[in-house]
Amino acid sequence: MRVTRRQALGLGAGATAVLIAGPLVAPAIAKGQTADDAIKAFTGGAEAKSGKISLSTPEIAENGNTVPVSFDVESPMTTDNHVQSVLVLADGNPRPGVATFHFSDMSGEASASTRIRLAKTQNVIAVAKMSDGSYFMDKRLVKVTIGGCGG
Amino acid sequence: MAKVKPRVKVPRKAEAGEVITIKTLINHKMESGFRKDKKTGEVIPQKIINKFTAEFNGKPVFSADVRPAVSANPYFQFKVKVPESGTFKFTWVDDDGSTYSTEKKIKVGG
Repeated sequence: MRVTRRQALGLGAGATAVLIAGPLVAPAIAKGQTADDAIKAFTGGAEAKSGKISLSTPEIAENGNTVPVSFDVESPMTTDNHVQSVLVLADGNPRPGVATFHFSDMSGEASASTRIRLAKTQNVIAVAKMSDGSYFMDKRLVKVTIGGCGG
Repeated sequence: MAKVKPRVKVPRKAEAGEVITIKTLINHKMESGFRKDKKTGEVIPQKIINKFTAEFNGKPVFSADVRPAVSANPYFQFKVKVPESGTFKFTWVDDDGSTYSTEKKIKVGG
């Protein structure tokens, strides 16, 4: 297909509009939602107690681009009593959300590891949602030497 | 982009009811949407794996909603209690809508 000048201009304008709209929307989410907001949204306002969940992170991360993080939640993991999901947050990142892990009664153990990006020295937070509706939380401070979110 | 190739480690055999560890890795840039092109100064649009799921014999056992703070070449390690022989299916969903998946069989007992 041949593209006329008019069409090319139209496409350009459209693309620009998307580019402008994109950053405008993104900071609104980034600034509007803090780690506390994210926890509230996850727990529905219920208080997250400490205990049961243990988060492990390195104390000092030389490279914020890939920081190993793992957690383990104490639970029998039966059909009636198991961990439904675990929310992982980084409170100093441009957007605090890292990932949400969903478990099932087939998980055996509610533990998982992944690698995350940290922009600067900050807290990594994990909140576990149990099948009985209670929430447990753990927090670890990670010192970051080189940030990992680009800039 | 380089060809996306998922890599998964599942033990070949297990006892019934044993809790096994599964390790998964997929090569993906996980473009965070915060980086800027050094030449043009424009923000590189976000392109990440936004969802990972693991199924066993068609039943979901583990999944993750992923946001840009997960590192490039996302790695997930998790546990599964295997009751019987069967097949694991792992699926990754990209922001652009494409999905990548792979399967692994496990033999239980015997």
